Amino acid sequence: MSEIATKVKAIIVEKLGVEESEVTPEASFTNDLGADSLDTVELIMEFEKEFNISIPDDQAENIGTVGQAITYLEENAGK
Amino acid sequence: MTLRRVVVTGLGALTPIGNDVPTYWDNLAAGTSGAGPITKFDASKFKTQFACELKGLDVTQYIPRQDARKMDPFTHYALIAADQAVRDSGLNLDTINKNKVGVIWGSGIGGLKSFEEEVINYAQGDGTPRLNPFFIVRMIADSAPGQISMRYGFRGPNYVTVSACASSLNAMIDAFNYIRLGRINICVTGGSEAAVTRAGVGGFNANRALSERNDSPETASRPYDKDRDGFVLGEGAGALILEEYEHAKARGAKIYAELIGGGMSSDAYHITAPHPDGLGAYLGMQDAMDDAGIKPEDIDYINTHGTSTPIGDPQELKAIEKIFGEHAFRMNISSTKSQIGHLLGAAGAVEAIACLFALERQIVPPTINHFTADPEIDPRFNLTLNQAQPRKMTTVMSNGFGFGGHNASVIFRKLSE
Repeated sequence: MSEIATKVKAIIVEKLGVEESEVTPEASFTNDLGADSLDTVELIMEFEKEFNISIPDDQAENIGTVGQAITYLEENAGK
Repeated sequence: MTLRRVVVTGLGALTPIGNDVPTYWDNLAAGTSGAGPITKFDASKFKTQFACELKGLDVTQYIPRQDARKMDPFTHYALIAADQAVRDSGLNLDTINKNKVGVIWGSGIGGLKSFEEEVINYAQGDGTPRLNPFFIVRMIADSAPGQISMRYGFRGPNYVTVSACASSLNAMIDAFNYIRLGRINICVTGGSEAAVTRAGVGGFNANRALSERNDSPETASRPYDKDRDGFVLGEGAGALILEEYEHAKARGAKIYAELIGGGMSSDAYHITAPHPDGLGAYLGMQDAMDDAGIKPEDIDYINTHGTSTPIGDPQELKAIEKIFGEHAFRMNISSTKSQIGHLLGAAGAVEAIACLFALERQIVPPTINHFTADPEIDPRFNLTLNQAQPRKMTTVMSNGFGFGGHNASVIFRKLSE
């Protein structure tokens, strides 16, 4: 697992209070991990802070699963 | 129209001298001080370095961590106290009509810590606003009754009253009125405050309200003592279940007392100082007496606002003398703020619960920390100094006055057997 993926999972576990085993690539924040819309906003903000990037709203809307978050951050973080 | 009768059927309390009602009551009787050095932040640069903090409270024992982090401490306290009160009431949540259960709460400030932390966080950044999506909902004062309603499904009127240190008495009076008017049957009422923060202590220091007796926190809150130098900031929550009398009787509920009157007034005078003749305090108490339809000599005990400030304490006594005349010297008076400090918006609720302690145990809780008589205060008042006093009581009053000149008083009476 990439360093980014490890960090993303740790943030999700911390913010949503879920078990690490639940944080699979396919898991949806809202459907599987119990997040509401504000939780999702907070997650995006945490990703921005952790990886020091700014995620535009229109792109944030497409990050609905753990895997989508990891892929997005692997492609955009640190550039 | 005939107004319905309203009784108290459940209590909950988180106070600096006990995290539940029995412990709070035992310590009230013992004259325990809840003051000590501030542990919630580094107060070494503050004029006042002590407060009446809650002790040994593990919020996650009551509220799941994931929910707790979306709430300010004042909402944690509200939920915990309300939970105690709902359990204490013995209400069957499966059978009562929850659409007729309100939650009317008081908080003078709301989520001060949440506001403070978020703004500091923003100010330390580069100016890019990265505010937490839960910031506003943690901060707003109405989140406390909102959270209580969500926990139990109570769908009656739900809001918070804000009148500084009279807030939870105003909430209680609103709850009282809705029940006696027949609009609801039950109301969770009370108040909570969590202002022992940098902004809270610094702010009250700046307007010179707080005691600065750092060398002796336990004796700093000394209402009516000649050397009182301000109030001691407290935190916590008090919750009461108010219920329509027939409803309570029909289910065989334990009834602590009947709430028989609520009075409100305004000083219309100054942003912080009380009216010099205690005019607003007088009007509020008189309004409560008129509402209850009782005579001055019926009152056995008054739990005063008595914050331990040089100006406030004698003015309240002046107002009491004006209403009660000679009886002012026959009743018992005490300020339990000497023990628990000043819980601001929660003060009215926790002090009402001190009044119910007095009725329940027939003991007047003491005004502790009295060392030197103040020549400005008539020695004929029985201020219940330093020691609890046993007394046969049926009717008691609690006062709360807030910055801005808001005054509220409530009167409880023991139900006759």
